[in-house]
Amino acid sequence: MNGIHDMGGMQDMGPIQYEKNEPVFHAPWEGRVWAMARAVQATRKLRIGLRPPIESLPAVEYLRRSYYELWLTSLIERMVGSDLVSRSEIESGRPGEGTAKSKPPLSAAEAPAYGLTLASSRRNVQTAARFQMGQQVRARNINPAGHTRLPRYARGKFGTIDRIHGAYVFPDTSVYSLGDKPQYVYSVRFSARELWGDDAVPQDGVYIDMWDDYLEPA
Amino acid sequence: MILTASESLLVEKGLVDPAALDAIVDTFEHKVGPHNGARVVARAWIDAAYKQRLFANGTVAIAELGFCGKLDRDVRVVENTAKVHNLVVCTLCSCYPWHVIGLPPSWYKSAAYRSRAVIDPRGVLRELGTVLPDDVEVRVWDSTADQLTLVLPERPVGTEKLTEQELASLVTRDALVGAAKVELPQQTGGRR
Repeated sequence: MNGIHDMGGMQDMGPIQYEKNEPVFHAPWEGRVWAMARAVQATRKLRIGLRPPIESLPAVEYLRRSYYELWLTSLIERMVGSDLVSRSEIESGRPGEGTAKSKPPLSAAEAPAYGLTLASSRRNVQTAARFQMGQQVRARNINPAGHTRLPRYARGKFGTIDRIHGAYVFPDTSVYSLGDKPQYVYSVRFSARELWGDDAVPQDGVYIDMWDDYLEPA
Repeated sequence: MILTASESLLVEKGLVDPAALDAIVDTFEHKVGPHNGARVVARAWIDAAYKQRLFANGTVAIAELGFCGKLDRDVRVVENTAKVHNLVVCTLCSCYPWHVIGLPPSWYKSAAYRSRAVIDPRGVLRELGTVLPDDVEVRVWDSTADQLTLVLPERPVGTEKLTEQELASLVTRDALVGAAKVELPQQTGGRR
């Protein structure tokens, strides 16, 4: 989706606010949201990815809400969309009548290790990579209404394959449980001048990891 | 507030154990953090073979030190030198190697940083206190996929006699994503 979240290359977001001695969480509720998101993930019953509910918020809402407010929004939408809770349960804060209480899948003993697990989405595929190291490629000009990891600022731009990572689950479909569609991911180098024009510093570049479906031969 | 309601609802439905939530919060507040990344950096500075393993497969090399699992998402380690400066960003959201170095700071997640790091990395670095010479090559890593990037900062001169532990104590959170250089304490007013 061509949303506000896809903000690479924008210039009107103001100066960077740097906070010295920043705590991990600014308030206890932020830690609770993060922990709930991790713990609910452990149920393995979420059928929607983390990002689509955030990316489909109206731009004004996206910018207005704090980081962990966005996480909470996402968690609620994912739970409702995956039939783990109902909208009315969220609104009332209490389980609907006759709901059987299940056993939480994540115990306190397992939580520290699970909390830090960031599982790879790498998959084995039998096919060879379509592109080779050093090959010129072009990022496709696609504008899907749903989730994609192809940033807008790179679309239609020419780059060079810098590294071949192997095959990974394709987020554009997997976040909606529409299939893993594993495919090669490449690190593609785009020169700053290709992305931003002749005023850019000639030797600088941006590296973007791209799934095969995002690329075409140059 | 919807949050309190959400937690008690999830507990009542048996989706989460509040003690598990406590443990996760504790882990992120007290266990994982930039100090892990600092130890990876210090080891790479003193052990050339480790450094090579780090570049070949960051996840496995970091797992050697116990800071992530071998099956976790790929950590790509890139090296800052006198000629090349790497900077990490996630323009689309907030991807960051949090399983190794803890959750990202606010500035990393901010719209200001995410939007401008790719189009004006030198200006962004200047704003964060690092001025790069014109002839340095800047490489910006936009974290769009499984690969999470950790920067191996340049080892400051004058640190030849320091121990691994002393070296680790110099490495700051921001240096691990290329937003700062590693400096000796006397070279800087306030460490980041």
